[in-house]
Amino acid sequence: MKITLNGESRETEARTLAELLAEIGLAEAKVATAVNEAFVAAPARATHALEAGDRIEVLAPMQGG
Amino acid sequence: MRSFYGTTLANPLMLGTAQYPSPAILAEAFRRSGAGVATVSLRRESGADRAGQDFWAMIADLGVPVLPNTAGCHSVKEAVTTAHMAREVFDTPWIKLEVIGHTDTLQPDVFALVEAARVLSEDGFQVFPYTTEDLVVAEKLLHAGCEVLMPWGAPIGSGLGLANEYALRSMRAHFPDVPLVVDAGIGLPSHAARAMELGFDAVLLNTAVAKAGDPAMMAEAFSRAVLAGQAAYAADPIEPRDMAAPSTPVIGKAFLE
Repeated sequence: MKITLNGESRETEARTLAELLAEIGLAEAKVATAVNEAFVAAPARATHALEAGDRIEVLAPMQGG
Repeated sequence: MRSFYGTTLANPLMLGTAQYPSPAILAEAFRRSGAGVATVSLRRESGADRAGQDFWAMIADLGVPVLPNTAGCHSVKEAVTTAHMAREVFDTPWIKLEVIGHTDTLQPDVFALVEAARVLSEDGFQVFPYTTEDLVVAEKLLHAGCEVLMPWGAPIGSGLGLANEYALRSMRAHFPDVPLVVDAGIGLPSHAARAMELGFDAVLLNTAVAKAGDPAMMAEAFSRAVLAGQAAYAADPIEPRDMAAPSTPVIGKAFLE
């Protein structure tokens, strides 16, 4: 199905948010996630089912002032 | 000494981590300054370069408390969601709350700021609000649950220093027990020293160090400045006066006319 990951359209086989993170190699990474502009905490990723058209944000630490 | 939600800083310099020429120079700036806090942020990571993971490893190595920000947020919802994501990633209840209201001046939207501060404080966050010097807004932020206030010195990145020193002095007088931080607009160590001489508890800056010709040397200069200003405030400075007053005693002076 087609989703939007960090603003870019993408095809995925992942059924859950956790599977999507595994698919992009960030399963163990220090990241935070949001689906459709709502925060999804790390423990909830495995049970958070994805749907076609979902907008997913995966954020990692970066430089800031 | 006023603490930040129970934490006493090793050094009243809060230093940003953005815009340095290289990660090595960033680390050197922290090492030479002994900055007490590192501000950080969040950005998209989709897997390929893992830049965020490398950055985090370097920041963790600094051994300094981190203060994540909500930079670039323009609404309550966006700032609150970003704060939740930051709390999970950085494993801290601290959040530098920025809700930008004006794209040219990067002036905070103080109405949205107060609302976001209330939502986050009720959710257990320890909010460091980036605000203006407005006393009424400051009151409302405290009422919303903030135990720290961070008025701007001047617009972010401008380097203008303390644009409204009167207002900052008046904030210090109105909120004698609240930890106060001048956040943004600092250009020179003398600006930072001045903020500390006014009785501020810390100074937060980034561009003035990161964009200097020698960031690590400038970071050290800022560190010395804030410590000097802090000591000066504690030492109870004299009041300025218009008339001269001889500093050398007049009594016992020889009569040689």
